[in-house]
Order: sequence, then C-alpha cells, then structure tokens
Amino acid sequence: MMLLKIAFRNVLRNARRSLMTMSAVAVGFMAIALFGEFMAYITIGFQTTTVERTGHLSVFRTGYFDFGAGNPAAYGIADYPSVIRLIKEDPVLAPMLAVVTPSVTLFGIAGNFDIDASKTFFGVGIVPSDRDRMLQWDEYGMVRDRPPINSGLTDDNETEGVIGVGLARILGLCQALRIADCPQSPHPDATTVSSAPPPIDLAELTARDKTADQTDRSIPRIDLLAATAGGAPNVMSLTIAKAERQGVKELDDNFVAMHLHLAQQLLYGRGEHKAVGIVLQLKRSEDMASARARLGSLFKEKAQDLEVRDFTELQPQYNQVIGLFGAIFSFIALVMGVIVLFTVVNTMSMSVMERTDEIGTARAMGVRRQGIRRQFLLEGWMLGAIGATTGLILALIVATLVNRSGATWTPPGQAAAIPFRLLTSGVGHLIGSVWLGLVFIATLAALIPANRAARMTVVDALRHV
Amino acid sequence: MPDNSKIATVVALDNVSKNYRLGDVTVPALTCVSFSIPRQRFAMIVGPSGSGKTTLLNLIGCIDAPSAGSLFVCGQDVAALSDNALTDFRARNIAFIFQTFNLFPVLSAFENVEYPLLLLGLKASERRERVTAVLEQVGLIDQRHHRPNQLSGGQRQRVAIARALVKAPEIVLADEPTANLDSHTGAAIIELMRKVQQEQAVSFIFSTHDPQLISHAEETYQIRDGELVDHRSEAS
Repeated sequence: MMLLKIAFRNVLRNARRSLMTMSAVAVGFMAIALFGEFMAYITIGFQTTTVERTGHLSVFRTGYFDFGAGNPAAYGIADYPSVIRLIKEDPVLAPMLAVVTPSVTLFGIAGNFDIDASKTFFGVGIVPSDRDRMLQWDEYGMVRDRPPINSGLTDDNETEGVIGVGLARILGLCQALRIADCPQSPHPDATTVSSAPPPIDLAELTARDKTADQTDRSIPRIDLLAATAGGAPNVMSLTIAKAERQGVKELDDNFVAMHLHLAQQLLYGRGEHKAVGIVLQLKRSEDMASARARLGSLFKEKAQDLEVRDFTELQPQYNQVIGLFGAIFSFIALVMGVIVLFTVVNTMSMSVMERTDEIGTARAMGVRRQGIRRQFLLEGWMLGAIGATTGLILALIVATLVNRSGATWTPPGQAAAIPFRLLTSGVGHLIGSVWLGLVFIATLAALIPANRAARMTVVDALRHV
Repeated sequence: MPDNSKIATVVALDNVSKNYRLGDVTVPALTCVSFSIPRQRFAMIVGPSGSGKTTLLNLIGCIDAPSAGSLFVCGQDVAALSDNALTDFRARNIAFIFQTFNLFPVLSAFENVEYPLLLLGLKASERRERVTAVLEQVGLIDQRHHRPNQLSGGQRQRVAIARALVKAPEIVLADEPTANLDSHTGAAIIELMRKVQQEQAVSFIFSTHDPQLISHAEETYQIRDGELVDHRSEAS
C-alpha cells in the first residue's frame, strides 16, 4: 500500500510532465478504441448486409464454385426440393436455420428493343417470400431502425423483376421507372409491355415487337435472352417492378433479379427445372462452421454430389474489406503503442535522473535492487493505467456523442448511406485488450529506466547532485 | 567463525584499502587502515576534505566494498554477504543521517520515519507506535504531517535522526550532519543525538570536521591522505 502511495505521489510530483504522458496514453487509447469500435460496427454491419442478401452458406453441385460461373446450367441441382427437405429436417441443422431457399444464377442479354438498346446481364432467380425473410435478418440489431426492405417481388407474379439502376439507365428506363438522379438516354424511353404470356423464342418475340404499338405502354418491360443448358437461345419478357441501386457499378449495370421459376424457364426451357444453388441463412453466424461441417457429413452420408461454400468465399470483398480495416487498426495501434512507449520511457528516464539521490538513500536504508525496480515499474504502470482509464472515459463520451450526432456514411460496396456509428456494446474484449495492451506497454517502457535505477551503486547514487 | 574481539566491537577494520579508478589511473582513497570502534560510543572520523572520511564511512555503512582487507560490522564479515543479504543487513543494523538530510520529498515526516520499518515488515500498529514515540523524542510530533519542504533545516535533520533511530539500529552513521545547519541549530542537533545515543545505547559514528561536534567525541579517529594517523579515546 505504501508502495502504491509513494508511486502515486511521485507520479503527481511533476504534474505537468505526468499529465502530458497520461494524455499521450489517453489519446492513444481513444484512437485505438474508437477506431476499433468503428471497425466492429463496420464488421457486423457488413456482415448483416451480406448475410441478408447471400445467406451464410450456399450449397452447389461439386465443381460449381470453380467452374460453374461459365455455365451455371450445367451445374444445376436436380430434385433440389428433396435436398432442401433433407436440410430442413436434419435434427442438427434445423435449430440453426432461419431460411433455406433455392436460387438460380444466369447470364444473358437484356434488351429494350423499343430503343434498340441491349446489355449483358447477371441474373438471379429467387423465391421472393424467402428473400423477404432473409432481408429481415438482424442478429446484431444493426438494422432495427431501418425502414423494412423487401425484394420488390411477389411469389404469385412470376413475370416481374428488379433491375439495377445502371441497367435501367442503359436500357432507357429511367423515366418509366421514375428513378431520381438517372440521366436520360438519347433514345426515347421504352414503355412497352405485353399483357400476353412471355414469348418462348426469338421469332415470337420479334413478332410481338411488331405489335408493340398496340399494347399498354405504361408498364416498363425488358426482354431477356439466355442460353439454355442445351445451348439453345431462350427469350423471356420481364416486367420491371423497380430499379435498385447496387453498391458496385459493374453489378449495378448488369443486375436483374427475377422469380425463381422465370429464371429456371430461361435457363432450362422446357427441360427439368433445377436450382443452381441452395442458400442457407442461419439464425446465428457463430453456427456457420458447425452447420457447414454438418452439411458436409450429411451430403457424404446421403451420397449427394454437393459442396458447401460460406459467404466469405462467395463474396471475397467481405474478407478484403474486413482485412483492410484490420490492417488500418493494426497500424493505428502500432503507431499509438510506439508513441506511448517512447513517451513513458522519456518520462521515467527523467524521473530516475531527478531522483538518483533518493534511489541512493533508499538503497542505503535497505531497499533491494528489486524494490527500486518495482517502484519505477509501478509508476510506469500507474501512468499507463490512469492514462488508459481516462482515455476509456473520454472514448465513451465521444462514442456517445458520435452515435447521437446523426452522421451518415456510405461504406464500400453499399448503395445507400448508413448511420455513422461506433459500436459500444459487445466490444468489452476489445476495450479490455486495448487497456491491458497500453498499460503493459507503459509498464514495459518503465522497465528500461527502472533497471537503470536498480543497477546504480549506492555510493554513486548518493554522490549524484 | 568471527573472533570475540570483533564481536565486542561494533566495527573492525583490518588492513582495509579502497582504490578508485579514474580512467586508466588508480586513485587510492584508503591505504591499509586498521582500527576498531567499540560499541555504543560517540565516535568521530575526522580529517580534512579529501582525506577519506566519507569513503571510510561508506565502507562501514556497507554501501561500498573495500578493495583489500577485511571489514567486520556488528560482528559480521560483510565481504561474505551477497548483495541482497548485505542490503537486508543494512536494513536491520545500520542507519544513516546525511548532510543534506535526504528525506523523501513525497512523504510526510511521519511517513519518512515509518519507511525503514516497512522494510523490516513490521505491523502497522507497531509502526505507528514506534514512529509516534521517536517523533515525540525529537520534538516533531506536531509536524508529523508536514512534508520536508514545509520544515526548516533543523527540523528536517530531526526527522532524519528520528528515521535513523526508529528501527533501533546497532549503528547510526552520520556524514557531516551539521554541515548544512547554522551553529545554533547544529548545537541543538548534536545535543539531541548525544541524548538519544545515551538513552538508546546505540553506536554513533560520524564523519566530520566540525569542531563543535568533535568536542563531544568519545572516540576520535584522525584520517589524513587515506591513512589513520591518530586515535584518541575518552574513558566511558
């Protein structure tokens, strides 16, 4: 107790110097902790927006992940309803599952023949009600304040679709879809729609185009041309329910979401309708590894030629973005750690120099070398502890102010701005680690001067003026 | 096994030499000094500046080691002790009173006096009792909460004396204890030390050239150029 008392009074002895040192520790703590809280917010926010769209796990035919993008039709899962049933009824998996839904991905050409515009597209076929449930996923309470979002499609209307704003712009649908901030095409907007069933071949499509002037022009539509699994061209007409901005321009200029059955018709024509993938959204992300392992053993047991991929593999930018933030965090932590290290070394070295005669006196009175070392280490620890605790309090205040400021920002890969927030709950281990890390660095920094003090000979120390 | 004559004396030096190195040059500070100091005496090591008084006091205080010869303090061959054992030995047996007082500025008078008792691991209640008693003895009980910078030079030296005496050491070593005090205060300090030395039957060993202090000596060891040139003893 006396040791603590002496250490505390020595810390206060040169108040200005100690204040500067503790300020350096406090600022270091704030910088690391606040960025860490921001990174934690980004991580779970990014995870939420990724998982609500792509789920946690996806089941494909073996080889799809490596080769299927070039020919999705060739890697379809036949009898996918029975695979979904197998997953849903598994007693291990069932409690973990939020949504299990089939999906189809395909490529082709989207055209608005009224203005002679066309563009390659990337299409996804979804079950709208399943996708709407997926969009409600909010394990971390990130989007509870967000207005509800949905796929824009309904299960009972298989001819509707949603396209990217970029694709809408290219195909001259801005005005028809009433899209803000969307430059007009030099060509007139297409407003052609057919009330007739979708065409099944090019000849029929062409014939229908010729009669377009006689149909309802108030609902925007496009035509989708894709190659079937057998290689034959297939054309379907798609009514556009809405256009949605995608975070990445390439995707925005290509994106088409449609009903699963429509996508299957495009991809498989009159053949057997398959699913390219089965998407699993889990209730909790922490179950991802065990669910994946269980799926693997389940498919092996049932001799299913299927593979499982998680969202970090399907969305490589997820790990890239998290890795980038992690690297920035490490850099900030390193710089702050070095600043704290040198500041405390300097302060403690000055302290040892100024108190050399006291060191000699204490040693003469019977304080062992370890006792001298312990005294200075304790003072270094105290500088770190007081500084880090001050930083913790200030960081909490700053985080509260930031979270209440209403500031927004648009994260990488996102189309819309989201609240700029610092995560203050569930980051106890981060705060604790930063606190311990900085206090450890401060104590470590005191070790060099403390050793110098402990090594002094008593006579030399007493002779010091 | 120490011989009995060394146990009967508080300090025994036998052909003790101390050399310092200044660059490549060896400077002798003490040369073959041999003498012993009886227990419970008011002993003075006297001599002009640079004669080796402080070096001798440092050796007796076990804060420096002789280059040659043997040194027994309180019957203990100090050369046989490790650094930690020597430190513990100092904590139990030897106390210092410094010319510049050397009080810890962050501690109050009470805490400064209490400090040596912490090193001995005494309980808080015993520490409080002993510190209070010794502060009363030196007349500073009312100033016990004052920090050194709130005390006069004489009061600081009284605190230093209290700090030296509180652990009831075998030896109190005082290096020029009156050098930084005016003559009136110095006289009062000498009187105080003389009084407590008699009351507590402790051995005081001074390094000084203050005639006022030397006049109280029971044992006087005259040092010149690192050699013992004279020893006078008054009957106890």
